[in-house]
Amino acid sequence: MDVTRRGFITTTVTAAGVAAVPNAASAAHTDHDHQALPSDFALRVKSLESLLVEKGLVDSAALDALVDIYEHKVGPRNGARVVAKAWSDPEYKRRLLTDADTAIAELGFVGQQGEHMVVVENTPAIHNMVVCTLCSCYPWPTLGLPPIWYKSAPYRSRAVIDPRGVLREFGLEIPAHVELRVWDSTAEIRYLVLPERPAGSESLDQEALAALVTRDSMIGTGRPLSPGESATP
Amino acid sequence: MNGPHDMGGMQTFGPVRPAENAAVSHSAWEERIMAIWAAMGSWRKWNIDSGRQARESLPPAEYLSLSYSQLRYAQALKLLVEGGLVTPAEIERGKATKASPKLTPALSADKVAAYWRNGSPKTRDVAVEAKFRVGQQVRARNVHPVTHTRLPRYARGRVGVIERDRGVFVFPDTNAQYLGEKPQHVYSVRFLARELWGDQANALDTVMIDMWHDYLESA
Repeated sequence: MDVTRRGFITTTVTAAGVAAVPNAASAAHTDHDHQALPSDFALRVKSLESLLVEKGLVDSAALDALVDIYEHKVGPRNGARVVAKAWSDPEYKRRLLTDADTAIAELGFVGQQGEHMVVVENTPAIHNMVVCTLCSCYPWPTLGLPPIWYKSAPYRSRAVIDPRGVLREFGLEIPAHVELRVWDSTAEIRYLVLPERPAGSESLDQEALAALVTRDSMIGTGRPLSPGESATP
Repeated sequence: MNGPHDMGGMQTFGPVRPAENAAVSHSAWEERIMAIWAAMGSWRKWNIDSGRQARESLPPAEYLSLSYSQLRYAQALKLLVEGGLVTPAEIERGKATKASPKLTPALSADKVAAYWRNGSPKTRDVAVEAKFRVGQQVRARNVHPVTHTRLPRYARGRVGVIERDRGVFVFPDTNAQYLGEKPQHVYSVRFLARELWGDQANALDTVMIDMWHDYLESA
């Protein structure tokens, strides 16, 4: 079996060029990926797609439909609506924290990588933060595909051993008297953080509240915006 | 296996640089390979756990040199070949060999919405006794399987407390080997950061790790 695996790597992956990425070593620092990514990956994926289409294994229109879901149907605006509803409706919040699958399904945000949801609440005493050290598990229906940093080695490795240092890189300082609770998504449960409702937002309706909810605030690496504050680009 | 993917606790990868890495991808091919990966899953030649194993068993230097999307591509090639769906020669040429059978039907566009909405639940509706109860002290087993596992190295041998019982799920260690689903309880286990990392950690901080029954023993 080991022979097969190694054989595959040297014949297929190398032949297809994966192992021959120029400057590949620097790609471990994901912030350099955009320099190391060879444009021929686009060609390789295109070539793979045409092979799979020729063999009847995929339908390009289905791939278009999947990409449309990634780009337009899922994303952090969905999660923001969940959070805004929880902020304004105590009964919904109770359901969300006890049975997130059902509560999120009420808003229609169901699907792949959102089958088993748990929502964890930030309080003055607890700050929650989510990571997947083993791969990059993430709640797609509510947050969309994960940002590059979430999938990167620096975040995956350090979020558990140095979460406070990682959060400082996001501009977030958690006081020592607050418990920092890191959720490592090692199983099939996907976590969404319910951030604290910002001060001064009492009069806002759900739509205005949702506009304050940032993606990072639902991962636990950011805070929601304050009323009147605009998102940094 | 103790592979390069199990990176919790490593310290030498540098800063996160969230602003520079805020996008979900750098270019369109990355979403295309995600879509190919998702569509190919409908052939059921592999499962989520054997898929992860294919990625994790790459040699460490190769794994660490690839970005997330490049890994997805490498993983797809490996499983396509292992599953007998394409040959290395076909990948290299980008063309099907003449005699190769055409498999149909592929996942069609009109089925994508249902495929997405239905998801792929990993819970199983079977009666399995919960051996641990909330509040009980447990130890993560000090085991080092050479095949796929979701028990991170940094937790092995460490003592924590059962926080929640999440229900009965497919067991990745057997599922990845096509040895059956062996459904069992998954628990969220609370570890003090100091139990994992010593005194350098903040005294109040905790790490919650989801663990299958077989990863745990009483402590």
